[in-house]
Amino acid sequence: MAILTSSIARKVAMALSGLFLVIFLAQHFIINFTSVLDPETFNSLSHFMGHNFVVQFIAQPILIIGVIFHFVMGIILEIRNRSARQISYKSYKGNRNSSWASRNMIISGAVILAFLGLHFYDFWFPEIVHKYVESHPVDETRYYTELLQKFESPVRTGLYCLSFVLLALHLWHGFSSSFQSMGWNNKYSKALRGFTQFYAIFIPLGFIFIAIYLHLNQ
Amino acid sequence: MKLTLKIWRQKNSKAKGELKTYPIDGIEGDMSFLEMLDVLNEELINKGEEPVVFDHDCREGICGACSLQINGEPHGPDRLVTTCQLHMRMFNDGDTIVIEPFRAKAFPVIKDLVVDRTSFERIQQAGGYVSVNTSGNTIDANAIPVNKQDADDSFNAATCIGCGACVAACKNASAMLFTSAKVSQFALLPQGKVEATERVLNMVAQMDKEGFGNCTNTGACEIECPKGISLENIARMNREYLSASLKG
Repeated sequence: MAILTSSIARKVAMALSGLFLVIFLAQHFIINFTSVLDPETFNSLSHFMGHNFVVQFIAQPILIIGVIFHFVMGIILEIRNRSARQISYKSYKGNRNSSWASRNMIISGAVILAFLGLHFYDFWFPEIVHKYVESHPVDETRYYTELLQKFESPVRTGLYCLSFVLLALHLWHGFSSSFQSMGWNNKYSKALRGFTQFYAIFIPLGFIFIAIYLHLNQ
Repeated sequence: MKLTLKIWRQKNSKAKGELKTYPIDGIEGDMSFLEMLDVLNEELINKGEEPVVFDHDCREGICGACSLQINGEPHGPDRLVTTCQLHMRMFNDGDTIVIEPFRAKAFPVIKDLVVDRTSFERIQQAGGYVSVNTSGNTIDANAIPVNKQDADDSFNAATCIGCGACVAACKNASAMLFTSAKVSQFALLPQGKVEATERVLNMVAQMDKEGFGNCTNTGACEIECPKGISLENIARMNREYLSASLKG
């Protein structure tokens, strides 16, 4: 039972769910980037993802469970960690010994959670309604046009870009930290940290590029 | 050197404490931080006031008794030193220095700047030892060959003095660095492998029971540790724990 409740088990659970989401993010980015390269490819990939049985009824529920688990566990850990120091310091210089990103994962995580709410409102719910509530003829070419419409608003584009900055900060600490949590700290860790930090910048920057590109190409 | 000290004063574990301001003069850069507090206490005693209570023992950085959160950092602004090794030359004339006890639910304040760190002892008692056969056929430790790297890593982990700076520095008041150092120093040696499974499970269980927070890998503990205990020890403990849990 200790394996489920101990502090180390919780760390490992956070790390594993985080790594799963990192892999999902790369897949999401690759498909999104095709909207910049070739709208037809984007349409066919979107249609495949939206109508493939394995993606829709196996991968998607696993992903949603993974997201919920990561957020719930993160909040549980934050509450427990705050209770471990009931009287706070009058003077505390966290900047002298750790990065802002590492100390404020709950803030970057909360922004990402809020962003996911907006993202689901923009794409996931309308898609579910379109497919399963309303009856429409199958249209394999609608995805790019719908995507462009979403990024017409400068406010929405701005909110997306801001969220991606927070995503970069979350990944900057979280991705490399997940390996430490699982006990991976050796001579290869420095190189691995380099890769994780490159990923933490590259993927969110790519998402920002896509959002701005779509906004400017109306 | 003229300084303004803001020191946490608390009559006992149940009383509500507060920061009190004490101006102090005539402090030399070559004095240690604790010597500066000795000067203050002498002045307070001469004035008939209650001296500031703080922990200290060896005053040479090896016992782990001294603590103090100084200007927002455990053991003050210098690196790889304990409070007793911290020199006043690290501060400037006219500075204000805020001095607080180490803060954690598992380190309750006893009085002023003294906290109860017996939670660390209970973690040690849960498994931080090697059982020795004393029936007359004890094997000489030197008769068992130990890989040089393992011996060095074990020794480095064993240099942890258990001062609690890792807990004090961590935003989560986590004791992972301390516990992992104590787990590692035995896990790396052949003599420690016999009890490896139960050791890590018991020590981590005790650590959690004491109310320390979870490690979120900020690395603050490693930076503030006066002995430079590495985060590699936490990774090793995580591996040891996972492997012990799977063994059951």
